[in-house]
Amino acid sequence: MKQQRPLTIEGGRLVTPAGVQGGALRLVDGCIDGVGTAAQDGDEVIDAGGALVAPGLVDLGVFAIDKPAFHFGGITRAALMPDQSPRLDLPSRVSYIAKSGKPDFWVHPLAAATRDLAGAEIAELGLMREAGARGVATGRQWIADSGTMLRLLQYAAMLDLVVVAHPEDAALAGNAVATAGEVATRRGLPSAPAEAESIALTRDIALAEMAGARIHFRQVTTRAGLEIVRQAKARGVSVTCGVTPAHFMLSDLATVDFRTFARLSPPLRSEDERQAVREAIGDGTVDVIASGHDPRGPEDKRLPFSDAEPGMAGAETLLAMTLSLVRDEVIDIGRAFELVATKPAEILGVPAGAIAPGLEADVAIIDPDRPWIIQSAKMEATAGNTPFDGQPTQGRVLHLYKGGVPIRH
Amino acid sequence: MTSTETSPHAARYPAGALAFPHRDLIGIGQLERHEILFLLDEAEQWVALNRQATKRENRLAGLTVINAFFENSTRTLLSFEIAGKRLGADVVNMHAAQSSVKKGETLIDTAITLNAMRADAIVIRHGSSGATQLIADKVGCPVLNAGDGQHEHPTQALLDALALRHALRDRGEAADDFTGLKIVICGDILHSRVARSNLLGLQALGATVRLCAPPALMPAGIEAMGAEVYHDFDAALDGVDVVMMLRLQNERMSGQFIPSAREYHHLYGLTKTRLRQASRDALVMHPGPMNRGVEIDSEVADMIDRSIITRQVEMGVAIRMAALDVLTRRSRGVPGWGDAA
Repeated sequence: MKQQRPLTIEGGRLVTPAGVQGGALRLVDGCIDGVGTAAQDGDEVIDAGGALVAPGLVDLGVFAIDKPAFHFGGITRAALMPDQSPRLDLPSRVSYIAKSGKPDFWVHPLAAATRDLAGAEIAELGLMREAGARGVATGRQWIADSGTMLRLLQYAAMLDLVVVAHPEDAALAGNAVATAGEVATRRGLPSAPAEAESIALTRDIALAEMAGARIHFRQVTTRAGLEIVRQAKARGVSVTCGVTPAHFMLSDLATVDFRTFARLSPPLRSEDERQAVREAIGDGTVDVIASGHDPRGPEDKRLPFSDAEPGMAGAETLLAMTLSLVRDEVIDIGRAFELVATKPAEILGVPAGAIAPGLEADVAIIDPDRPWIIQSAKMEATAGNTPFDGQPTQGRVLHLYKGGVPIRH
Repeated sequence: MTSTETSPHAARYPAGALAFPHRDLIGIGQLERHEILFLLDEAEQWVALNRQATKRENRLAGLTVINAFFENSTRTLLSFEIAGKRLGADVVNMHAAQSSVKKGETLIDTAITLNAMRADAIVIRHGSSGATQLIADKVGCPVLNAGDGQHEHPTQALLDALALRHALRDRGEAADDFTGLKIVICGDILHSRVARSNLLGLQALGATVRLCAPPALMPAGIEAMGAEVYHDFDAALDGVDVVMMLRLQNERMSGQFIPSAREYHHLYGLTKTRLRQASRDALVMHPGPMNRGVEIDSEVADMIDRSIITRQVEMGVAIRMAALDVLTRRSRGVPGWGDAA
């Protein structure tokens, strides 16, 4: 459904790239027409009642399309990882997925970098780009073969597709489900050193520099890894990185009772690494906060820790967890939306993610202070595997618009 | 024989169920020092019974104990089976190899199935850390951990403590706990639940514990659990009172951890010569199964005056009888332990 009639949102605090400002937001023909303007004759007018009027969230790197959960969380677009069954390694699959959410949710497929994500043969990236792929991803694993990775980066650079990589040295990671350290040792969990991340990052950044490619690390979760990204940015490498709320909210202490909702990939780290992630969000090293949304039912989660599948249902909690960084004064409100909307849209090259004229009218009206309790049993997602179960939090989406059209949820 | 209600060490722990307030026995990590001592003291009566010609006390008559072993075991399974039978329980063994686990049933569904058959206690061995806790959360009866992955093997640590206590007592050394004792555990610490349970248990009873292994077989951060870490076995042996050897768990290794068994024996094998580094009459322990000629030489394993390896096996039955007895007291309505469920 297309927007039928111009809509003006009054009485809100507009979160724009220039800062939070008053005035009205006018949406016409599915696009943002005016920022800080006033309603015109014939407009439908709604009153935001002092709430934040922010861009709809752009979730870079999810594992499932789960509309009710995304809409609950204020997410209007998501980049889907290729780790699907079957893999997104053929143009036909990419094209099917690219249309699957419309009109009220847009899915941006990330093409599998290699056939079946096996890390050996480069997939048909050019054809998949034609089919709607907005980037290339290695999946939830590292490409161990440096020659393959270099050729992939060169090819993606030629096509101007960002490469979304998973920095975790495969040989070190092995069958690990935890980060080496006291918690893993006490619990007897197979573990890998945190350095598996920085080692992988070092190689991938070097190869991306050689290839002149754009590389985005979906999750960087260690102090050493973040420092490597920081230095690479300082010397002008085209590198960006993200993180999910689990790694700035939780440490490996969340796994002491073998709770499989805290079984993630990469695994939760020590408290010091968690602090490093928060610092890196604060100083701008981290570009993106994404949900990594991966709802998993009991068949994947009600298992012994090391037998369970990794992943968490994160779409509903992404906004609230990011806003907690604002309350903790790690970032301000403008930067919060840069992390969850503007920057991911820019990396994907889609005209959305900000309250700015000409962009798609993907708008979330948000009460940043409204308290609620995260309850695993009462989630919109297809499964309630959240490590934040029972946690009180703040920040809820009141209204959501996709292309100027209201979404009901 | 001492009755359960009048322990010789009643002053050591609270009365009735407060002496052991847990429904399950998941790990030594969940136990207080006095709870460990309580189980050891309780086991003494079963040591005595097991040495009699008629080894039967029908305390658990009418109760069903299921031994659900999802991982191969000979001695532990046999030990639990004998323990249950000597207490008069109906003991049923479930081997994963023969069960519907092979047909794709999840662990939880298996647990719920066992629970529906109204077991009075379930003994679990599983290859994944935390599996026993997972099952315990889903069933309505006591669950005993017979080894979960690389996490814990609590009855092994308890039987080791009991064997050590008896060996020290036989020598006339005061030995209700192990204060001042130096113990080295040498072998594949990384993959060993026995090492973790023993580290926790021996420390709780006052011993100083050294762990010795090549770096690749030593878990990261184990110092935080209070262990002294060694890579040189000769240095680790210096002055210790007890040497506990562990086998290499080749079945849990992915990749190469040591160059060869021959080289491992050269660096970490317990030989008669090497044992001289330890204190003069140091005791030798091994949870079994032993790989003779790899981590331990036959002449050490079979030393009558020093090796207590067979005594460990003997104490295993007594400890498991104590654990089954104590954990089923609530459902049996033993006075002071709550009403029958």
